[in-house]
Amino acid sequence: MKNYTDTFDARVATETEGVNAAAQAEGFVGNLKYSVIGTFFGIVFVKAEIISWFRIQEMFRLQAFHMYGVIGTAVVVAAISVWLIKRFKLKTADGEEVQFAEKPMHKGVIIGGLLFGCGWALTGACPGPLYAQIGAGFPVVIVTLLSAIAGTWVYGYFQDKLPH
Amino acid sequence: MQTLQQPWPWYVAGILIGLTVPALLLLGNKQFGISSTLRHMCAAILTSKKPYFNYNWKKEIWSLFFVGGIVVGGLISTTILADPNPIHIAPQTQADLAALGVQNFDNLMPNDIFSFNNLFTLKGFVFIVFGGFLVGFGTRYAGGCTSGHSITGLSNFQLPSLIATICFMAGGFLMTWLVLPLLLTL
Repeated sequence: MKNYTDTFDARVATETEGVNAAAQAEGFVGNLKYSVIGTFFGIVFVKAEIISWFRIQEMFRLQAFHMYGVIGTAVVVAAISVWLIKRFKLKTADGEEVQFAEKPMHKGVIIGGLLFGCGWALTGACPGPLYAQIGAGFPVVIVTLLSAIAGTWVYGYFQDKLPH
Repeated sequence: MQTLQQPWPWYVAGILIGLTVPALLLLGNKQFGISSTLRHMCAAILTSKKPYFNYNWKKEIWSLFFVGGIVVGGLISTTILADPNPIHIAPQTQADLAALGVQNFDNLMPNDIFSFNNLFTLKGFVFIVFGGFLVGFGTRYAGGCTSGHSITGLSNFQLPSLIATICFMAGGFLMTWLVLPLLLTL
């Protein structure tokens, strides 16, 4: 398995999310296929009302099964897919071996996780739904997104001073 | 077409979201995860010597194409695929929120909180600006969000992702039950 520390500076190797493990570079047209997947994904987000602040409230108030059903089904389908890819050693479209990232454990998983949970309940959105809310006609969420980018910057700025 | 316009059931959404993981892996060896795009935007826009922003973000540009698609998807689903009916939420949730002063239940978001008019009120600032800050800071500190940890990580049996998911839920419960009643009456 590939060691992800070669992709990033060893000090920030805790980062494994959204990693591109492909050896081949893709141009503008090649990257457009991810926009197509993103578009379908955004439609699912809105049509299943996952981006709804009210649905998130239902979830945290334990008053509806909807969100638990969505996330639970997604995890099961993704886990079966991952198992199939590993079991049959499926290759990518470019014939590469599929890479899986290990998630490192550190104190930030707990502290950051709790802080994000609070933000999730306030905004009714995780990062994905933020983008969908903007497209779905809630332009004020652009401010929420900019604020999330600011939060990321503050984390990056103070990363070496925070407990990990 | 009418079927597509109605709200989609949880199992349809769950299956389609779950399939995003193998789709991205098999198309181009990409790990599904969204909060990392916040970092790439920082790295691309703001020049900083901090190691967290000093990496080849252009290699990860696929994820910016992906989230650009999510914005377009949001637009399509509220125009071509728009559902003319108000959203159905659990009656108990609606009653609880109404008791806390939420009046508008027509849309996916409560208009009495999430609007530009409210941005400069204390309530609007807390929900829109402070909430966004916690989402960005928290997900990056935790090393992932609902997609990177709770879906990709859990599907690959990563213990840190299970701990992260429990903490996401715990933070949400604490905020909803203990703090939100105070904030909604601001």
